[in-house]
Amino acid sequence: MPEHFDAIVVGAGPSGNAAAYTMGKAGLNVLQIDRGEYPGSKNVQGAILYADALERMIPDFRETAPLERHVVEQRFWMLDETSHTGTHHRSDSFNEEKPNRYTILRAQFDKWFSKQVRDAGVTLITETTVTELVRNAEGKVIGVLTDREGGPVYADVVVLGEGVNGLVAQRSGLRPELRPQHVALAVKETHFLPEDTIRERFNLSDENEGVVIEVLGSVSSGMVGTGFLYTNKESISIGVGCLVSDFAEKQIPPYELLDRFKSHPSVRPLLKGSEMKEYVAHLIPEGGYDAIPNLTGDGWLIVGDAGQFVNAVHREGSNLAMTTGRIAAECLVRLKAEGLPATEENLKIYRDALEESFVLKDLKKYRKIPKLLERNRQLFTTYPAFINRSMQAFLRVDGRDKKTKEAEILRGLKRARGGWLRVATDMVKVARAWR
Amino acid sequence: MSEKLIEPEFPGAEAMDAPKPASKAETGLNIVVCIKQVPDSAQIRVHPVTNTIMRQGVPTIINPYDLFALEEAMRLRDEFGGAVTVLTMGPPMAEDALRRALGLGADKAVLITDRRFAGSDTLATSFALASALDKIGEVRPVDIVFTGKQTIDGDTAQVGPGIARRMGLNQLTYVSAIDALDCERGEITVRRRSEGGVQVLRSKLPCLITMLEDTNELRRGTLQDMLRAARAPVTIWSAEDAGIEDALKCGLRGSPTVVKRVFAPSPRAEKAEMVAVEGKTPAQTADAMLDLLFAKAPKLEADLTARFT
Repeated sequence: MPEHFDAIVVGAGPSGNAAAYTMGKAGLNVLQIDRGEYPGSKNVQGAILYADALERMIPDFRETAPLERHVVEQRFWMLDETSHTGTHHRSDSFNEEKPNRYTILRAQFDKWFSKQVRDAGVTLITETTVTELVRNAEGKVIGVLTDREGGPVYADVVVLGEGVNGLVAQRSGLRPELRPQHVALAVKETHFLPEDTIRERFNLSDENEGVVIEVLGSVSSGMVGTGFLYTNKESISIGVGCLVSDFAEKQIPPYELLDRFKSHPSVRPLLKGSEMKEYVAHLIPEGGYDAIPNLTGDGWLIVGDAGQFVNAVHREGSNLAMTTGRIAAECLVRLKAEGLPATEENLKIYRDALEESFVLKDLKKYRKIPKLLERNRQLFTTYPAFINRSMQAFLRVDGRDKKTKEAEILRGLKRARGGWLRVATDMVKVARAWR
Repeated sequence: MSEKLIEPEFPGAEAMDAPKPASKAETGLNIVVCIKQVPDSAQIRVHPVTNTIMRQGVPTIINPYDLFALEEAMRLRDEFGGAVTVLTMGPPMAEDALRRALGLGADKAVLITDRRFAGSDTLATSFALASALDKIGEVRPVDIVFTGKQTIDGDTAQVGPGIARRMGLNQLTYVSAIDALDCERGEITVRRRSEGGVQVLRSKLPCLITMLEDTNELRRGTLQDMLRAARAPVTIWSAEDAGIEDALKCGLRGSPTVVKRVFAPSPRAEKAEMVAVEGKTPAQTADAMLDLLFAKAPKLEADLTARFT
């Protein structure tokens, strides 16, 4: 008699773990399948942990989870070839009892999260790839096949937390292939530095405080993309990501882009003397609201990156993953309690709950951003360069009067955009997309 | 326990009694594979500042040589019937290694873990494992104990032979193949790699076999194996549970080996010198090299000249 579970969760990333944990805690018989050698071994992120999403499931996670530093300062840089102009926000109020954001190392964090999932009663098997979904005569998904012998394993519902590529759903015809303009390719290196060096270099008062730098401008070499630099306890994560369609068009190798970023005069001193420990690459779904695939069907639903749940503007992803995983699980627990099957009709409550949550509200708010950025490359080139040039002109003391300089700065912008109307249009476009 | 070391060339003086099946499910071979969870040495780094080994964040794996032992044990089980138990001594997290072995197809798992085991050298380790094996053998005598030829972190190749000696098992080390097993007569024929050739040895059970690398191909467990591994209880024994009465023979206190210093050898100050070959005949190249060698070692030149002239 083949095994039958209440639910099968595909993937042991933030969304799969959140789904499995929530269902396990509610007493459901859950099987979780991950292809990695150990849970999390294939998982890659910047990585910032947003406490709120995790706290809603595991309120006391801070006591045991492997966290690096909590973020006390956010820097935002506009880069050109030789300079950066930026804003900082630093606040002692981030040094609270329960900090809001942390840097983490995913390999360690995911191992911890997986332990919580297994302690919640979930059966986890690793080194096993789900190859396809099994359906009954009516087309309802009733289980999965894996790359191991021993036939299918069955469940009332399959939760696809399989990550950005969504290969199982794609192979099963539940979603189309990813489009290159809907995903960014990010490359990242982890550089080792002694803890006290990081503390001094980033003006931090102890080993628990951290800094986040987000970077726009020449870092993406004219492509739609951004760079980042995060401080961990004894290392720095530095990376850059751009749309796959842009990489294909520009033919710039991603590592070259990262090398350029690392050797930028504003970045190089921060990495001085460091030793590269690890390099990784991963896709990030950045298509936004309009790229979200069908999320539910008879016997299946999608959570996390597989559902394009990433807020690219705010660099949020893992929290959307955990939240969609948790909400999906809560819906399934509810259906189970009411004795209702996981049909497409009954799973509508998942979509509804997401619409009510910040997840779809935020993605809807920024739904025009991906297209805006794709069609307005000047936001990544002209404006950051203009801002840096203006600051130069503004700060240099060279015997010329201020009024002449200001006029020059403004003329520079007009020239760069080919008229004031274009500048005004850009402003309106950004404002409307942001709204 | 016999203290006499029995050479494989001279099959066991004390042939064991025929296995007494405890139940129908408990028939056939009783095989125990000793495994060790080790840090993946390919991923170990040296701290650039303190020069110490950084183990944090380094994934742990089953000692690769042990996997050949496990596969060979499962192959015998599949052919002759019986059960394969994996046994390890280590910290509580070593349970992960046992579960992995269950997922590959082992039947049972035993972890012996105790603070008193900390700091064990090969003498103390073989004592603890032999005690646990005796305990396992109380239920049903053990026919074959398998280990890998050595671990990749200690590299001593002493624990397997140590267990054999303590338990009076026939010792078959560096085995490259098991050619035959006669369960009725309790005889096993193996090939053993030795200097300059291969020995074909026939020995009596019970025996201990340490397996060489690349001797078989590790199977991939079925989905059922994986499910069983995820849920099967791992037997966890303390020193007492494993039948150890004399704690002085365990851990640091039972370990005469003392590590005085761990260090990375400093690179040689002397750099290699290149003899250019371009535009030279072989004879000229050879002369140039001799000149260089003799300039470094004048005594060598004197010796050679004296001998050949």
